[in-house]
Amino acid sequence: MKKTSSLLNAFSAVIKRDLLLAYRFRAELINPLAFFVMVITLFPLALGAEIALLKRIAPAIIWVAALLASLMSIENLFRADYDDGSLELMVMTPHPLSILVLAKVIGHWLVSSVPLLFIAPLMGMMLHMDTDIIGVLMLTLLLGTPVLSLIGGIAVALTLGLRKGGALLAILVLPLYVPILIFASSAIDAAMTGFPVSGHLSMMCAILFLAFTLTPLPTAAALKMSLS
Amino acid sequence: MTNLNKLEAYQLSCVRDDRILFSELDFTLSSGQVLLIEGANGAGKTSLLRILTGFRRAESGHLFWNEELIENSVHFYQDTAYIGHNNGLKVALTAQENLRYAQALSSTTLNIDEAMAQVGLDGYQDTIVRLLSAGQQRRLALARLLCTHKPLWILDEPFTSLDRASIKLFEKFIETHANQGGLVIMTSHHETQLPHTLMQKIHL
Repeated sequence: MKKTSSLLNAFSAVIKRDLLLAYRFRAELINPLAFFVMVITLFPLALGAEIALLKRIAPAIIWVAALLASLMSIENLFRADYDDGSLELMVMTPHPLSILVLAKVIGHWLVSSVPLLFIAPLMGMMLHMDTDIIGVLMLTLLLGTPVLSLIGGIAVALTLGLRKGGALLAILVLPLYVPILIFASSAIDAAMTGFPVSGHLSMMCAILFLAFTLTPLPTAAALKMSLS
Repeated sequence: MTNLNKLEAYQLSCVRDDRILFSELDFTLSSGQVLLIEGANGAGKTSLLRILTGFRRAESGHLFWNEELIENSVHFYQDTAYIGHNNGLKVALTAQENLRYAQALSSTTLNIDEAMAQVGLDGYQDTIVRLLSAGQQRRLALARLLCTHKPLWILDEPFTSLDRASIKLFEKFIETHANQGGLVIMTSHHETQLPHTLMQKIHL
């Protein structure tokens, strides 16, 4: 019992610390958000005033932009901790590293993806999406972005020892993002054509839970490897 | 900390870049003892410490903490505090926030203010770590040892960027810790004098 409470204590300490750090560097919080908005804004500019076309491809634009924004911010998930030695401290605790890794990923998701969720409906309106489709888009983003962070964590941990892991990270991670992108866009497609979306959303839920339980293990193992 | 602890190494060897840094290294360290690891630059001091902390696997050989292999021991990390080359501090957080975090990870609740006073940082609790000098940051990292209650200290060059008075102070902490039944493993370039402790030396 004592062990569980001390683990919970450590878990929340990691999240709290990362949120506090994000707050201290709040200027950097804007980066993925600004990137997300900019990428989406480029499309209407490039495509011209074709409302029907924009409406059709808007969910895809928003999803790809969210994916790229997530990729951009995930790079820093363990970098600072690796450089200043706090990762070593995290490994040298009596708690399972995978649980603390999960805390870090959750902290990262709260900081980098949750703001996107708030601004995504605005982007949807800008691209003339219907309100009910925006609702489905939000649901897919809510279920999908944590998966992006969880999967990205593995690749970040693997490339931690490399000096310039950025490009390799993208090559490693983007293929793994494909399934979640496919399910998200098919859910939105279904919504647009008037079919029920619950099947697709359940599938995304399943992927989320799978990622939630499985990805921390390889991430923790890769982190230990990077430290040796 | 009253119960006796023991760290045993059998036939450790370490190979780096096809060079044998050390081989067939044996030692036993029990409660109350200090192990000083000496050697020239590149002799493998840090590599040995990283093997002792479990970050690195030895090429061959085994390490036992209280007769359990450290890879399998649930107690080893519970009982170990490590200060590496890097301080492991978040420079954007305050001194107190850093120590609180360290305590939460190791589930101890000793008095932070007391530990900070002991290392001569009283009054710096709410100072952002970035604004502390290199020596003060090192002292804060070492304060972590005092506010988390761990029997085994593994210290990699603990005296880097400390002034003479602080080195004296920390030698005293190490002595006190050993005399209370703790174990200390450290590397140091400085002439380390701990006359009141049982000191072993390994020269790599």
